[in-house]
Amino acid sequence: MQPPTMQTASSCPGASAAPITQASAATPPADFRWPEGGVARVPFQVFSDPAIYALEQEKIFRGPVWHYLCLETEVRKPGDIKTSWLGDTPIIVTRDENGAVHAMINRCAHKGALVCLKERDNKPSLTCVYHSWNYALDGKLKSVAFQDGIRGKGGMPEDFDPARHRLEPLRVELYCGMVFGTYSQETEPLRDFLGERIGAFMERNMDHPLKILGVHSQIIHNNWKLYAENVRDSYHATLLHTFYTTFKVNRLDMDGGIVLSDKKWHHISYSKRATLQAADEYKQANVHAAKYGSDLDGPELLKAWDGFDDGITHSIQTVFPTLVMQLTLNSLAVRFFVPRGVDKTELFWVFLGYETDTPEQQKMRVMQGNLTGAAGLVALEDGCINSFVQRGTGSSPQQSAFIEMGGRTAESNESSRATEAAVRGFWHGYREIMGF
Amino acid sequence: MLMQATATYEKIHQLLRDYCHALDDGEVDRWTSFFQDDAIYQITTRENLANGYPLGIVLCEGRGMMEDRIKALKTANIFESHTYCHITGPLDVVEQMEDRWAVRSNFAVYRTMYTGEATLFATGKYLDVVDTSGGQASFAERVVVIDSRTIDTLLVYPL
Repeated sequence: MQPPTMQTASSCPGASAAPITQASAATPPADFRWPEGGVARVPFQVFSDPAIYALEQEKIFRGPVWHYLCLETEVRKPGDIKTSWLGDTPIIVTRDENGAVHAMINRCAHKGALVCLKERDNKPSLTCVYHSWNYALDGKLKSVAFQDGIRGKGGMPEDFDPARHRLEPLRVELYCGMVFGTYSQETEPLRDFLGERIGAFMERNMDHPLKILGVHSQIIHNNWKLYAENVRDSYHATLLHTFYTTFKVNRLDMDGGIVLSDKKWHHISYSKRATLQAADEYKQANVHAAKYGSDLDGPELLKAWDGFDDGITHSIQTVFPTLVMQLTLNSLAVRFFVPRGVDKTELFWVFLGYETDTPEQQKMRVMQGNLTGAAGLVALEDGCINSFVQRGTGSSPQQSAFIEMGGRTAESNESSRATEAAVRGFWHGYREIMGF
Repeated sequence: MLMQATATYEKIHQLLRDYCHALDDGEVDRWTSFFQDDAIYQITTRENLANGYPLGIVLCEGRGMMEDRIKALKTANIFESHTYCHITGPLDVVEQMEDRWAVRSNFAVYRTMYTGEATLFATGKYLDVVDTSGGQASFAERVVVIDSRTIDTLLVYPL
């Protein structure tokens, strides 16, 4: 199947007056061919080739894809400013005085300097420190210092029109407490991009008043796609991450499944604690200890409550390309990862609760924060495992990974998680959008 | 009185030195012995502290949770072998209430991987509450505040 022709991001609203030529210089290496075997094979070259990395910036990060930028609560008040990234591109997210959220490239229309230098700020307007070009919170140029010169000398040419210059805007959509942006006019509406089932599960976990409980990040020394694979890989979970089995935490024999989005790009992996007999109990008292029998000396680590009545107690959900939402026990977090070069990635952890949590519930979420993150008892291995692949494959770009657990296609499997279906789903989307 | 205070002060110094040297010398089993039974150990970042966010990178309440951390890194967790070298700054007494001393000191921790690669892994400050009752000094609380938001690769040994 031929991939659809993807529009490069050459047209942005407001950009028409000062046409931006997003040079389509990035091309795949001439000798690059996806190997036989479809999505069950991944050529190692995609993890180490700078030309492919450059092409991804154009086709994926500046292409017709929605990207997570920040949480809505991070730009709650008028004048709030949050900086973020869209691939390599620095981004500003703002809320203006009328309450509208905007996203734009963090690059002055004059010389291209960063306009916002802080991760978070609150200002009535945006001013580039270099030459004091001043922008409204929606990115429109308000004024230019010394536009008319000084004492009649110097200044901009007479035909200089501030309306023809601005911070380059992104399209923005808000959903489930998150701000998404896209560079391309061709991107379909966000809900269509996600698909019904993915959207519904996001609403289950995230469509609540969100409260940040803690943030940190982790530098992982691997190509960003290795983490995208890793987080979709339900095959490795109990093999590499042995914390639960080592500590004989009961209820490990969980039912679960893998759901792929219609286009296969996004996924949900979920599991249910096997013996959920507490229905009446949690109706009577919304909060109760899960009573994991274990060899833990500090069993309060796993104190939990059943927050939903569908029996799902652990879930990881991805949105192509770089967003992850987790709700493992009660530990709710957004993870998003930003490529920092072909072999380096910054993985951000934003741990969340709901504004409606009781102090006891918040405490349980905080304690369960020990399970994931850079020092996560269950999953800290993910900080190094992808670099093992990066280092193992770097010298052999012509070789390929073999990804056939659970079959050779990318289909949902709601009876078993011993499958690499979601990994194949990622590569399905990647090939489609990259034209590989 | 002054001599007694000086002796106590030296015990606190000794605790902070022993703690770092035990970790740097790979005597990770000794780590929990520096804490009181119900002590709190937290690793967080400057950003979390400034925003009042309760969730950092590690939080142990009581020695049981600390023991679990050590057991996990010895038996469950996978990582490439490495060592720490702690360099600590002078100690400031922030507050003293009878046998409880709130003290602060800065640290830099270098990490050397088995490959020979040595890098600055973390800088920041220790915010400690040291209990000196019974003639012994031990941590009632040790909050490790890292300056950076970022951890390189992973954090498995306590700082």
